[in-house]
Amino acid sequence: MGFLQYLINGISIGSVYAIIALGYTMVYGIAKMLNFAHGDVIMVGAYMSFCVTNYLGLPAVVGILVAMVVCTVLGIIIEGLAYKPLRGASSLAVLITAIGVSYFLQNAAQLIWGSAPKNFTSIVTFAPIKLFGGQLTITGEVIITILASVVIMVALTLFTGKTRMGKAMRAVSEDRAAAQLMGINVNQTISMTFAIGSALAAIAGVLLCSTVPTLQPTTGSMPGIRAFTAAVFGGIGSIPGAMLGGILLGIIETMTKAYLSTQFSDAIVFLVLIVVLLVKPAGLMGKVVQEKV
Amino acid sequence: MLKIEDIHVYYGAIHAIKGVSFEVGEGEIVALIGANGAGKSTILKTVSGLMHPRSGKISFCGQDIAHAEAYKLLRTGLAHVPEGRRIFLQMTVQENLEMGAYINKEVSQKDLEMVFNYFPRLKERRKQIAGTLSGGEQQMLAMSRALMSHPKLMMLDEPSMGLAPILVDQIFDIIKELHKAGTTILLVEQNARKALQVADRAYVLETGSITLAGTGAELASSDAVKKAYLGG
Repeated sequence: MGFLQYLINGISIGSVYAIIALGYTMVYGIAKMLNFAHGDVIMVGAYMSFCVTNYLGLPAVVGILVAMVVCTVLGIIIEGLAYKPLRGASSLAVLITAIGVSYFLQNAAQLIWGSAPKNFTSIVTFAPIKLFGGQLTITGEVIITILASVVIMVALTLFTGKTRMGKAMRAVSEDRAAAQLMGINVNQTISMTFAIGSALAAIAGVLLCSTVPTLQPTTGSMPGIRAFTAAVFGGIGSIPGAMLGGILLGIIETMTKAYLSTQFSDAIVFLVLIVVLLVKPAGLMGKVVQEKV
Repeated sequence: MLKIEDIHVYYGAIHAIKGVSFEVGEGEIVALIGANGAGKSTILKTVSGLMHPRSGKISFCGQDIAHAEAYKLLRTGLAHVPEGRRIFLQMTVQENLEMGAYINKEVSQKDLEMVFNYFPRLKERRKQIAGTLSGGEQQMLAMSRALMSHPKLMMLDEPSMGLAPILVDQIFDIIKELHKAGTTILLVEQNARKALQVADRAYVLETGSITLAGTGAELASSDAVKKAYLGG
């Protein structure tokens, strides 16, 4: 029964990683950059939700909505101010800028909210479900997290597969110049991608802090790195890959903590990543793109 | 319809196009021929806004487009079928055509029928992933995708590249048909013989400058062209 409990918890935390990884992977696929500030957008989302529910006393739903709106706007602003001027610059310049934005967000949060951790109140209010005479507990957070990730996955798949805007995003991700020749506004498409990724980050932030209730300016950085690992693990640029990578990473992490070592769980997670990349360099679901000459 | 006056285009410090001027009149087929590296594709990229001239003028239907952004130009009726086809390999044939009609918001059944009429093979393959098409089919798809926006001027960059002779003939037949249907065509080709056969007028480009100009027939019979591009 312990195993099943760990598995469910693993899927739950993995779902949070998956939602964060979606942001990394979409931005990478379309803007061809690693947005290392993505993890910190999660933190901003969590603080927003915290302020709305704790200081203003409004319901959790409002908190989530405000967090999503603020993060969406923040994502668009970050892209427009920090990354857009570097379009066409070397990828190293963009990467370093992203790290700079990450520090900027962490320090801005510290200025506004201080460095002392805040105790985040879970958005889930219903009682845990107990199965098998109390041997197996499924918390409300677990249920909401898994549900949210499934809904997001389905919605994103429909969006990129069926809508005009979603197809334009895939076109930009495949061939930016050819997409422009189709009349697609590439800059607008990239902004849109940042907007979607950041809105997802806000949801991830609220879910993450509902499970692990300590909220501080560095809250987003480690989950951000784990989610980045998950995106690479699943095959960066691939939406189903990010989902699979996130969930697998969550399961591996939880199992490692349960059966091997709590201290070394991160080391083991990254070891698994190294092995996967040695065997399958494009990641689990990544496409090997052949360069035609 | 398209008027290019003394454009200079650079790749960083490299002066790729050195003062080229030419015109494409409504209803014409104009060919740009020349060897590898002469600057033919660069000229097309500059016209379609993927690159911009450092100096010189480009006007299309009376509008100055020298510094217009690429994504806005398709709406003015200028379509560019780039070198190497550049279709979206991971999308289906149908989705590629939808992207061709992106500016129309919705893809109309009538337009799909129109391109399937030109290229019946694509109709059979509409659900197939574009990357699995043969080279000839990819070229057909690239042209169809551009046709979906009903361009006034279609710029074709090396449509015969890498194709078997029978497919080359087929592609050129379609170019003639499109022309008959009222589309103006600017054709860039290394296959000079074919290009000069269909072209009303042609220009010879050498290392960034135009060295010869004339009607297709004139150039095809000129000694210099024969020697350099038609194998003597």
